[in-house]
Amino acid sequence: MRYFPNDQDTNQAMLNKIGVDQVSDLFTSIPKSIQLDRPLDISAPRSEFSLLKELKEKASSYPVGHSSFLGGGVYRRFIPAAVGALASRAEFLTAYTPYQPEISQGSLQAMFEFQSLLTLLTGMDVANASMYEAASGVAEAVMMASRIRPKAKKVLVSAGLHPEYLEVLKTYLAPGDLQLVQVPVTPSGQTDLEALANLLDSDSLCSILQVINFFGVIEDQAKHQQALEGSKTLNISVMSDLSALGLLKPPGDFGADIFVGEAQSLGLPLSYGGPNLGVFACKNAYLRKMPGRLVGLSEDTHGKRAFCLTLSTREQHIRREKATSNICSNQAHCALWVTIYLSLLGEQGIRELAELNLGLADYAATQISEKTRIKRRFTGSVYNEFVLDLPCNATLWIDKLMQEGILAGVDLSRFDQSDEGGLLVCFTETNSKEEIDLLVSKLGELA
Amino acid sequence: MTASKPGLGFEESLIFEYPDSKNRGVELPETEIDLPESPLLDPSWVRGKIGLPNLSEPEVVRHFTRLSQWNFSLDGGFYPLGSCTMKYNPKFHETAAAIEGFASAHPYAPPGCNQGIKQLLYELEQDLAEISGMDAVSLQPAAGSHGEMLGLMLIRAYHQDRGDVKRTKILIPDSAHGTNPSSAAICNFEPVTLVSGGNGLIDLGALDKAMDDTVAGIMITNPNTCGLFETQIVEVCDLVHQRGGLVYLDGANMNALVGITRPGDMGADVLHFNTHKTFSTPHGGGGPGAGPVGVKSILVPYLPTPILRDQGGKIILDHSPEKSIGKVRSFYGNVGVLIRAWAYIKTLGASGLKEMTCSAVTNANYLLALLQDEFDVPFPEQRPMHEVLLTDKKQQDAHITTMDLAKGLIENGFHPPTIYFPLVVSGAMLIEPTETESKQTLDHFADTLIKLSKLEASTLQQFPSAVPVGRVDEVLAARKPILSAASIPKG
Repeated sequence: MRYFPNDQDTNQAMLNKIGVDQVSDLFTSIPKSIQLDRPLDISAPRSEFSLLKELKEKASSYPVGHSSFLGGGVYRRFIPAAVGALASRAEFLTAYTPYQPEISQGSLQAMFEFQSLLTLLTGMDVANASMYEAASGVAEAVMMASRIRPKAKKVLVSAGLHPEYLEVLKTYLAPGDLQLVQVPVTPSGQTDLEALANLLDSDSLCSILQVINFFGVIEDQAKHQQALEGSKTLNISVMSDLSALGLLKPPGDFGADIFVGEAQSLGLPLSYGGPNLGVFACKNAYLRKMPGRLVGLSEDTHGKRAFCLTLSTREQHIRREKATSNICSNQAHCALWVTIYLSLLGEQGIRELAELNLGLADYAATQISEKTRIKRRFTGSVYNEFVLDLPCNATLWIDKLMQEGILAGVDLSRFDQSDEGGLLVCFTETNSKEEIDLLVSKLGELA
Repeated sequence: MTASKPGLGFEESLIFEYPDSKNRGVELPETEIDLPESPLLDPSWVRGKIGLPNLSEPEVVRHFTRLSQWNFSLDGGFYPLGSCTMKYNPKFHETAAAIEGFASAHPYAPPGCNQGIKQLLYELEQDLAEISGMDAVSLQPAAGSHGEMLGLMLIRAYHQDRGDVKRTKILIPDSAHGTNPSSAAICNFEPVTLVSGGNGLIDLGALDKAMDDTVAGIMITNPNTCGLFETQIVEVCDLVHQRGGLVYLDGANMNALVGITRPGDMGADVLHFNTHKTFSTPHGGGGPGAGPVGVKSILVPYLPTPILRDQGGKIILDHSPEKSIGKVRSFYGNVGVLIRAWAYIKTLGASGLKEMTCSAVTNANYLLALLQDEFDVPFPEQRPMHEVLLTDKKQQDAHITTMDLAKGLIENGFHPPTIYFPLVVSGAMLIEPTETESKQTLDHFADTLIKLSKLEASTLQQFPSAVPVGRVDEVLAARKPILSAASIPKG
């Protein structure tokens, strides 16, 4: 086997030094009754050549050449070659969690830069070194809120929260005694903040608002902040496409106590939805209730600047059952990837990226309203995606367009079977005018 | 800002400390659409300056290349972290995960588009079930501790479904990883510590006393974190089952078992794998991992959604099995990581996987043979499996600690082993060489560790010196947390 450096003779010499005759003598502590008396029923070893061929074959079922308008939580981004080239350096890729700071300053400084970039982008005081992804991040945020206000039991959730985030939240909360209360959206597609205000009482733990909600509609963060004023209800702000923060005022400006984001949107490949990257940030006041790893600035014995993991007493390996979360491995390499992407993009780049996404979606919306009779479901302002009400079964139409080289958008019946005509379409910098025009003409054929 | 020092030493600023400029490192795709002069947003929603740096592409490339050179990595040297299984990560895996049809696959594309990925994931589930002796596998969890949490949720669902609501405790041996009690707490179980016997193994007598009808289950790491196989594992599982509990097996140390014995055959009801350990997916500086969970048939009804099913050769996703606990993660797991695990299992095949285990255990026992005369072996009665536990007891008279030895190893080009864990012994050094290290490396490592143990304590305490920074003041970092560039005091 090419991955194992010791040949048979060397192995035998090692066994001799150990003082046994054969390798099976090393396993005598395993009772015979549970030792496997047959080979595993797994295929024979295969060459890299044949596996690559099979993998390419498997990958070929995905239509990479199609025009795609898919969004809904993960986004098609142009990823500069420099990002992958740097992130795949083995010094980053094959390092462990940086528990030994003297020989991990590269990972540690990059993580510190990640935390710094994300606090700037979100306007929050402090961001951790990453969570798995946004859905479990939202669940962790609610559990954190509950550590801050253990007596309050009501979790107010906007109906605009990504349905998968909601599902995961339900699973996490099932063993405990917190109750979910959904806050509806108005015909504009924005969360009904009056309804929210009416639901608030001393038992309200937190209000979860997805700043650009699942339907693509931008929420009024200022009014959300006003609605929560005078109440102890914690503001948990969530975002799926963080590129919007190149333009949009961040949740930190509107009193968010905890921020959760999906940073796949900052230059990570789609990879069928993972690995992606949970961003988790909060106000300084709640720092010690926060889950996940943190990198801090310190100095070495010579007074030189140095970084290390810090505030570990919150974490499972020190605090065990009293830890703020059970998270251990996070998405460090994805965070590195995003750090490099944001470093390349810079201040001007991220603003232009946001303008481009906003402009493309606006162009598409204008064209659809001028050239077709297809209606948008909601009237509220959008960033780069919105819901269309098709006058037909969306699933069938999506399949038809697939045959014509177009991935038309997210089929909303996937989340609600009764939503037959709902189509979530998303426009990013990867879409050309020509592609959008073609989609519009196809929509025009419908109505 | 990127001052050079002699040789390969250098200083590297934070990206925020580069001179302000109008540079950028990305050209966005051109568009034929006329973008409006001012953004199409309510002006009160538009933000001002963010404060991101403005760097050209070569500046960014040099910055991160330099940072990378400040890391010790597995490709660069021996990394014997106990219970972390830092084995070689095949280059092929990176190529595999980056294939365009995988990397650009959107999870909400129409079902046929991702048939190939689903097929791959289904095959991985089958292989993991066979390796572990379990009946079904879920690939959803994003990491080992996420898998632990899922496993415990399944145990909870099982008891509740039977109307057995009094089982609120989870037994956890004192040698367990911290994630075990923490995962139990998150699932609203009360973790109860089971004190190990003098031989480092589970004490059946203590288990007998603790295992009553308020106990939902036990979490066992096998081999345990002392590197020892739990020889009475069958009796342990039988006892727990007789009293109505279930057995969770923490698969962190599966690298000692694959092809030799299977947790399912020992009596485990549920286990998690760490693909970034056993199946060689890269650690990436702390993640992403993947923590597939295997279960026996009694727990299958509760598995999280979606479930992959073979429908006449076509793999479909079942989103709504009746008794499922629901979703634990968005989409379908850390698929990019799982592709690498698939490639690893297919590359090694049945014979290679067994060879992997045999070599890993041989390497660990060889290291023990080299080191056992010079260092304290806390549990000498039993041969270790894939990792070796030593302590600094024999060095105490010379005032040399495990920490000193760890820093001395760094000075000599090795990553230290896991230190001060497990907590059941004082001054632990848990050394896991893995199967991908040569005898020559092990000889060199053992020689070095022995030589270090004979140095003066005062000499050791100056290490490491041949590194970018000396010993870092972790107390200062925690006392006055500075967690972002913006909060660095000026001047």
